[in-house]
Amino acid sequence: MTNETPARNTKVMNRFDLTSRLVAKLKNEEAVIGGIGNTNFDLWAAGHRPQNFYMLGSMGLAFPIALGVALAQPERRVFALEGDGSLLMQLGSLSTIATLAPKNLTMVVMDNGIYQITGAQPTPGAAVADIVAIAVASGLANSAWAADEEDFERLIEQSMSAAGPTLIGVRIDDKPGVGTTRRDPVQIRERFMHGMSVREPL
Amino acid sequence: MAAAEEKTSPEISEMSWHGIVLQTLKRNDIRLVPYVPDRVLTTLIRNLHADPFFTTFPTAREEEAVGIVSGAWMGGMRGAVLMQTSGFATLANVLASLAIPYQIPLIMFVSERGTLGEFNYGQSLVCRTMRPVLDSLAMEHHTATRLDEFEFIVDRSIKQAITTQAPVALILSPLLTGGKVFDK
Repeated sequence: MTNETPARNTKVMNRFDLTSRLVAKLKNEEAVIGGIGNTNFDLWAAGHRPQNFYMLGSMGLAFPIALGVALAQPERRVFALEGDGSLLMQLGSLSTIATLAPKNLTMVVMDNGIYQITGAQPTPGAAVADIVAIAVASGLANSAWAADEEDFERLIEQSMSAAGPTLIGVRIDDKPGVGTTRRDPVQIRERFMHGMSVREPL
Repeated sequence: MAAAEEKTSPEISEMSWHGIVLQTLKRNDIRLVPYVPDRVLTTLIRNLHADPFFTTFPTAREEEAVGIVSGAWMGGMRGAVLMQTSGFATLANVLASLAIPYQIPLIMFVSERGTLGEFNYGQSLVCRTMRPVLDSLAMEHHTATRLDEFEFIVDRSIKQAITTQAPVALILSPLLTGGKVFDK
């Protein structure tokens, strides 16, 4: 049942592999916001960077937090990694982002159709909803499913010089996250603010 | 910031409550103001939109606005969120899992519905959940009722939030704003 998403010409990929491919492309201290659970576990495991922000709660807010960073620092590229279940909690944020149209924001939706971390129950829209179609209908014209790993890398690179916000949907398997984020919110925030050049280290 | 030492100026104390909010935000370099609207906030929202100093826009939910100003703070830009009481009621999770544990100076202006002549029973019930939530999270909050104290409360609360890296809720009582009246 877990991958019974609507038939698409897209390969089922792996979240840690895709996250590692994204991180490998970062050369300019780009910000990366990891959603709760496996999304930020894999971001941590792909290699900790001060420019990574790891959420420990507030499900669904990876894109809004990334939007805030993108508005504060329009010269910095900001990536956000979100699960399909999390995004379903905050679909309205897609319209907000489409309206503000920050050109430095790239959103990746890791879609496996399940609430993996709570026991792999299916999300309510798993069998019928198309996240990329929802994003397009929310006003994010620059939205696409990645067909395979190479296509994902191409879409990431394309987003880095896009004229508006980009959303990339990826179908992923149900493998658990690889690492475990250190759960110290103040340390995470302070390190991230160093990474954003907002703070000097003590 | 010399502003911390300034006394309330006669010009400010003669201003409307929404004029004081706008000027005090500006003085404290708070530029990002996402909101979910409320009838009482209409003039403030209109004036924020009209002033190029501010980046102000509606969001679909209050927690979305909290996420946005939290990200902006970490990126070096100060923000505040506008909402009404029923919107505050949707925020317990994001306050307890983002603003408080990550020590983010989230500044919230909450237009108080549900009291002093409320006509909608649902609004009056949801209003009673607000202060217990704030108290149970040990969050700083002030209810503004008087124009002559308002600039002091807003300015000092913003400065305290930023210097102590803690969220604050400024509740705008109908005694200050006139509230919403039953007209239809």
